[in-house]
Amino acid sequence: MSTLRMIARLDVKAPNLIKGVHLEGLRKLGDPSGFAQRYYADGIDEIVYIDAVASLYERNTIVDLVRHTAEDVFIPITAGGGVRSVEGAQILLRAGADKIAINTAATQNPELIRKLAERFGSQCVVLSIEAKRQKDHWEAYCDNGRERTGLDVIEWSRRGEKLGAGEILLTSVDREGTRGGYDIELTRAVADAVGIPVIASGGMGKFEHLSEVVNVGHADAVAMAHVLHFQKMTIPDIRRQALAHGLNVRPV
Amino acid sequence: MTAKATVIDYDCGNLLSVRRALEHCGGEVEITGEPAKIKDAERLVLPGVGSFGNAMEELQKLGLVEQIREFAASGRPFLGICVGMQLMFDSSDEFGMHDGLGMIPGRVRTVPRHGVDGKPHKVPHIGWSKLSPAAASQTWDGTILDGLPTPAYCYFVHSFAAEPADEAHRLSDCHYDGQRLAATVRRDNLWGCQFHPEKSGETGLHILRNFLARD
Repeated sequence: MSTLRMIARLDVKAPNLIKGVHLEGLRKLGDPSGFAQRYYADGIDEIVYIDAVASLYERNTIVDLVRHTAEDVFIPITAGGGVRSVEGAQILLRAGADKIAINTAATQNPELIRKLAERFGSQCVVLSIEAKRQKDHWEAYCDNGRERTGLDVIEWSRRGEKLGAGEILLTSVDREGTRGGYDIELTRAVADAVGIPVIASGGMGKFEHLSEVVNVGHADAVAMAHVLHFQKMTIPDIRRQALAHGLNVRPV
Repeated sequence: MTAKATVIDYDCGNLLSVRRALEHCGGEVEITGEPAKIKDAERLVLPGVGSFGNAMEELQKLGLVEQIREFAASGRPFLGICVGMQLMFDSSDEFGMHDGLGMIPGRVRTVPRHGVDGKPHKVPHIGWSKLSPAAASQTWDGTILDGLPTPAYCYFVHSFAAEPADEAHRLSDCHYDGQRLAATVRRDNLWGCQFHPEKSGETGLHILRNFLARD
C-alpha cells in the first residue's frame, strides 16, 4: 500500500468548526482555518473540510474558508458538502481545494461522479459515503446521516469506483463522534471490495483504534476529528506511535 | 531581484495553490492564458489537475501549444507539475491515445495495478512517497532537488505515470509497492514533478525555491 495517510477532518458550519456525535448535536469550536493551520504545522498529511450546511453558493462560507486555508497550508485539501455540479466543484478547486467530496448529489445523480472524473480526473473525486449499520448490511445515508438512500454501501462503493471516483471517504454514522473506535468490519468490507483507496472516518479515540482499522480494517487512510479538535492526542504523538508499531507513515 | 514565475492558466490546474506556494517562496507570480505573455515569461509553470486529453485540448484551444514549445526551446526554466509534467512527454494512453507536448521523449502510462510481488494494490497512487535517486550514480546537487532533507517525502496523487525513454531524464523515482515510478524528470532547462510540490509541505516549498533560483 501507499504510506498511510493521517487526515484531519473538519466539519464546518461557517464560520465555525463543529463537532457532534453521529454527525448530529453540533458543538461550535471556532475558526476552522486556525485548526487547519495548527494541524499543518504539526505535520498532518491532509485536511478535509465538510460543509454541514451545503453553503457553496452563499457568501462567506466554505469557499472563503478553503481560499483562506490554502494561503499558508501547503498540503492537500479536500472540500465537500453541497457540491451538485461540475461548476460547483470548479468553484472549490479554484479556491484552492485539491479534491472534491460528493455525497448527496451523487446518490441522487450518480452520473455526476463520471462527469467530475472526466473533467478533473479521478484523483480529484472523493465519494463520501455515510454508512449506517442495518440488520444484515450497511446502508448509505446522505444529508449528514439524516436521510436514507436505499443504497447498499458495498454496492454503492463499487459503483462509485466504476463511475470514476478516485477515493472513498467512508464515515460510520454509528461510530462518528463516539471515540469508541472505527467500524472495522465496515471499513474492511469496503476496502476489500474496491481497488481505490478508502479513508476510514468516525470513531477515533485512541491510538489502538487507528492501528486496528489499518491492520484489520485495511484502511488506506484514517480521518480524525474529535481527538484532534479537543486536543486529546497530538499529531506528532500519533505519528511516533504509528512508526513504533511498524505502520507505514511518513516520518516528519 | 524578485524571481518571476508565470503560471499557465488553462482551466486545468489548482492555480491558487501553485500561486500561493510560489509567492510564499518569494516569487512574483502571474497567472495567464495569453500566448504573448507566456512567450515572454522568465520562468514558466504548467500545473495540472485533470485528465491528459482534456488538458491538451484546453492548451490547443487557447493556442498555447506552440508557445510552450518555443519557450522550452529558449532555455528558460520550465516546470511541469503532475499532469503538467505528463504533458511534457510525447503521448499518453489515458482515456484513449493523446499526443503531448513532446518536450521529453517518452510516454505516459497507467500506474501498474499491482506491486512487484504481484499483489493488487490501490490506484490512484495517493500519499506521501519517498524520493530516491533514479540512478545510484546520480546526484541532486545543482538540481531543483538540491539540499532536500533526507529522507524527502512528497505528496503524490495520480493514476498515470511518465516513462522517460531516456533514463538520463529521470532525476528521482518513488516506489509504489516496489513499482518504480518517475517522480522528478529533467531535460536541460525543463523540469517535471509527478508529485505536487505546492502540496508537499516544507519539502515541496524547498523544491519551488530551488526552481525560482534558476535562470
